[in-house]
Amino acid sequence: MSQPIRVLLAKVGLDGHDRGVKIVARALRDAGMDVIYTGLHRSPEEVVTAAVQEDVDVLGVSLLSGVQMTVFPKIFDLLRTNGADDMIVVAGGVMPDEDVVNLKKMGVSEVLLQDTPPQLIIDTLTCLVEERGAR
Amino acid sequence: MGVYLPSVELIARVQRGEPAAIGRLISRAESGMAEARDALARIHKLAGRAHVVGMTGVPGSGKSTLVSQLAQRLRAGGDKLGIIAIDPSSPYSGGSILGDRIRMSDLSADPGVYIRSMATHGATGGMARAALEAVDILDAAGFGVIILETVGVGQDEVEIVRASHTTVVVSAPGLGDEVQAIKAGLLEIADIHVVSKCDRGDANRTLTDLKQMLTLGIHEQAPSDWAVPVIGTSSVSGEGLDELLGAIARHRDLASDTDAGRARRKSIAEFRLRKTAENLLYDRFNAATAAASAKLAEQLMRRESDPYSLAEELLSTTLEGEGDHERDVHSKSA
Repeated sequence: MSQPIRVLLAKVGLDGHDRGVKIVARALRDAGMDVIYTGLHRSPEEVVTAAVQEDVDVLGVSLLSGVQMTVFPKIFDLLRTNGADDMIVVAGGVMPDEDVVNLKKMGVSEVLLQDTPPQLIIDTLTCLVEERGAR
Repeated sequence: MGVYLPSVELIARVQRGEPAAIGRLISRAESGMAEARDALARIHKLAGRAHVVGMTGVPGSGKSTLVSQLAQRLRAGGDKLGIIAIDPSSPYSGGSILGDRIRMSDLSADPGVYIRSMATHGATGGMARAALEAVDILDAAGFGVIILETVGVGQDEVEIVRASHTTVVVSAPGLGDEVQAIKAGLLEIADIHVVSKCDRGDANRTLTDLKQMLTLGIHEQAPSDWAVPVIGTSSVSGEGLDELLGAIARHRDLASDTDAGRARRKSIAEFRLRKTAENLLYDRFNAATAAASAKLAEQLMRRESDPYSLAEELLSTTLEGEGDHERDVHSKSA
């Protein structure tokens, strides 16, 4: 019996738009994944603490407030200091093209923008976890 | 943890309390992988110091909120605290949404609190399969108190009492009359009863019903001089929370060195042994019968045979397989 993929979905900062992240959570659940949702208004520290304790395969951060270029560096720093740099990090939401490029350079595995169909999100995460292999 | 680390190499790091190592070993326990067995056996030897508090109750009774508030008070007293929060898996997709952390967000910045969410993955009784392994791992990592929060249960999921030193049953006001309170099952297993949401008007009625129920009989497992308390709590006002902490501490002291306490620990060990064996048997049964069951189900559907005969046939395929396995083991040892 293979273990379901574990995903933590987080909303960071003052962003109060959580309809999208809830739809994603539901889609991933229906694809057989274990989804941990943190709720709104979390700090990067809270998100990383939760992701490490939960030992998730994928940390998904949803941002619709435009602060991605300050949030993600903090998240990667905290993952490193916690010895969890093998975690797959995915960004979701609305962000400009140049940020997408820079986020990927920083280590974000995939940026899934607001018009991504749910099935593509499922396939992307499944693929990323398969590529990573056993841990 | 960039490279793949063997599970036994995680043990020392678990003992140092490193969150990433604790998290990874719990994941491996959940996966049931054979590679982790050795490490879990050693962890089991290291564990045994923590006080395990089971928290159970119907869905929406306020378990997670109560756990969060208890945890803050326990932390103020200096205890390192582990929380295992179990939520249901979907019977269709096998997936889950684990939302207990949302109610525990006041704890999320505190490194002295380790919260792990688990899905039931088909386990029954309100528990997850690896919940007790996770308890061991947190215990070995030095968490002195471990709260095991079950899924929202119905009337009959009482396994928690066989897994915890102190069982708290949380009831919400307004869920039934006084006859509900004398039914068998969930309400019988409490070492401590909590009626949550006591800021609500109908809470007094529920408190009274539970108290009256308790005067009608004696608790099976409780130490003989333990009177099961019924405590009203409110997360809005904080009412009853210190009283609940006090009751948990008293139950811990009373149960630790008495005949009843020893009997409880033995029953916990026996449950764990039987449950583990049951899980192993279940896995072997599933693996051995996967192919045959579809064919036999077809026969049952067409009413060519009856459920008992077909079940015996299905079982005999497993037992044959088991027999081969036994013989292999014996021939190897011979």
